[in-house]
Amino acid sequence: MTLMSVIQAINSAMAYELERDSNVVLLGEDVGYEGGVFRATDGLQAKFGKQRVIDTPLAEENIIATSIGMAVAGLRPIAEIQFSGFVGVGYNHLVNHAARLRYRSRGKIKIPMVVRAPHGGGIRALEHHCECIEGTYAQVPGLVVATPSNPVDARGMLSAAIRGDDPVLFLEPTRLYRAVKAEVPDGDFTVPLGEAKVVEEGDSVTLVSWGPMMKNTSTAAAEAKNSGINCEVIDLRTISPLDSTDLVLKSVQKTGRLVVVQEAPKSFGPAAEIIARINERAFDYLQAPPMRVTGYDTQLPLGTNEDFFIPDPARILSTIKKASSY
Amino acid sequence: MPVTTVFEGSTQRVSVLDDSAVPDSQLDPKLSKDFLLELYKKMILCRKFDAKAIALQRQGRSFTYTPFEGQEAVQVLIGMMLKPTDWTCPSYRESALYISRGADMGDLFVYLKGHEDGMAIPNKTNDMPLSIPVGSQTAHGPGIAYANKLKGNQGVAVVFFGDGASSQGDFHEAMNFASIYKLPCIFMCTNNQWAISTPCKIQYNGASIAQRALSYGVMGVQVDGMDPLAFYQVFDQALKRARNGEGPTLIEAICYRFGPHSTADDPKKYRSEEEVATWRKMDWTGRFVTYLRNNGVINEQIEAQVDQEAIASVEQAVAKADTYTDSPVQMFDYVFSKPTAELERQKQEFKQFYNK
Ligand SMILES: Cc1ncc(C[n+]2csc(CCOP(=O)(O)OP(=O)(O)O)c2C)c(N)n1
Repeated sequence: MTLMSVIQAINSAMAYELERDSNVVLLGEDVGYEGGVFRATDGLQAKFGKQRVIDTPLAEENIIATSIGMAVAGLRPIAEIQFSGFVGVGYNHLVNHAARLRYRSRGKIKIPMVVRAPHGGGIRALEHHCECIEGTYAQVPGLVVATPSNPVDARGMLSAAIRGDDPVLFLEPTRLYRAVKAEVPDGDFTVPLGEAKVVEEGDSVTLVSWGPMMKNTSTAAAEAKNSGINCEVIDLRTISPLDSTDLVLKSVQKTGRLVVVQEAPKSFGPAAEIIARINERAFDYLQAPPMRVTGYDTQLPLGTNEDFFIPDPARILSTIKKASSY
Repeated sequence: MPVTTVFEGSTQRVSVLDDSAVPDSQLDPKLSKDFLLELYKKMILCRKFDAKAIALQRQGRSFTYTPFEGQEAVQVLIGMMLKPTDWTCPSYRESALYISRGADMGDLFVYLKGHEDGMAIPNKTNDMPLSIPVGSQTAHGPGIAYANKLKGNQGVAVVFFGDGASSQGDFHEAMNFASIYKLPCIFMCTNNQWAISTPCKIQYNGASIAQRALSYGVMGVQVDGMDPLAFYQVFDQALKRARNGEGPTLIEAICYRFGPHSTADDPKKYRSEEEVATWRKMDWTGRFVTYLRNNGVINEQIEAQVDQEAIASVEQAVAKADTYTDSPVQMFDYVFSKPTAELERQKQEFKQFYNK
């Protein structure tokens, strides 16, 4: 075990996988010499050389497209996109090719690639640097969308993503990069994608969230406990494919109440999908309408007001109380 | 003949001031003293603004800023040479263009302080917002230029971008479109040698960015971007070509980004002090200022006065921004052409919850 921050865990997963498999390569803007603008790839070029840790020209569409070519020909590329808002520059390749090539070739071609990007607000950065994009990509068949919320999952899930045979959009919680530390297993360690996790057991309200929102969600759950409301807190971890419905379902069968917390704008996001599935499969167990706490259907504000957009513990707590007293 | 030459071309570099600040007699644009003094005043004002914006961020009074120190000549001159009705599509590094076009610096500070209303474009001229997705704004210029041409209004569009941005597909696609339809569009590339930590040699393998113009049938030229006389000369030609219907020009201005990429960046990690010092010798504060002194445009007294006035204007702008108060409720405005029922509902819920 080693005490690590999220960013160290991400660095350590890549270092381990680069060591383990000579087909793993890493590419992106400023990832080599500088070690990434957030230092996620710090030291990796020095250790694994310029041929495997590649500083690219400034062109996201090309970074993603080149990764597809590399993956087709037997490599396992990890592409870093500097900020989540710029994944969209490579949208065509990610959606129309990476996610589709297995289906399009009837299984002959696989695309084992990971696109990593810092994700989520709260760091007072510029426009386009902090928007939550998981919903946009979760609708794409064939593309895995995953987001860890802590150092242990960051290391384990990233290793699993690199070893897997599907393209993965790996969204990293920027505001937690250095905010939390935890003991992380050394050596060979993976956390399978597609599995949610109960991080706190409870019987009053089921609370589901993911990525950077887990912190505020857990804070709100702790405050709810002071008012005698025991939340069962679930970290979704993988957004798509959403194969963890059973876990949420089991919890809702116990609590009868569901609150989903999502940083992205309210409409058409993962929260809506989770609530729809629970309505479809657990309607008879519900004692309150499933509720969601989300961002708003507008742009994430600039630095001064961005915290008003991101669901804070007070807003989450108030919805927990509403659900529990319904 | 089985083998014939399909294409031949070469790309020129223009400079006017030599190392001892003497202009080339042929190329000297012979600018009037009034114009030169105004140019000097604006460049000083911009440099003070730049330093202040960094200082405010360091003091925790504003957020991320991308300084332009070293790139003033390009931005200030273009601001002075365009008509208010011409359009510009700038990047995040072009605050000096805004200032030269007459923007209120107080409004720029309101943006840097992270208020929604700071995003209102502070100019009376035709300018797009400072664009952050690198290179994307290059593709809007040809559309604007096409509209200008269709409307027959003589307007020109200028798109601004860096050496890093020249690697994006948008720039190539934009040049191609502008060339095919011979559009009044100027592609203004400021090659400041660095894209964050990435040196320009990782952006292109040829001798220049300017030469890329040739393959699109566009006029391309490289210029010493820290020599205002050379830049005036080159931009004037490009403007004339655009207004005369002769099509687009790609200008690659060789500059240096003296500051950090942004206030979040530490350039010491990837470049040496010696490199910075070498480029510093080319800065306009050396050669160009000497030229102005030698030609009686400025002297010690004028310089001190210009400095003082610039500092006062910047301080006034900061004071204006400091008194600005906003409400987070502003985030619900301007999403659609009119408020929508759902968003209005979310806004009311928000106001009630936060008591705003
Ligand atoms: C599409 C996109 N990718 C990445 C970034 C992050 N980023 C901001 S500026 C920059 C470097 C740009 O370099 P260049 O085009 O040379 O312009 P300069 O910053 O030197 O003025 C990068 C990578 C971004 N803002 N947009």
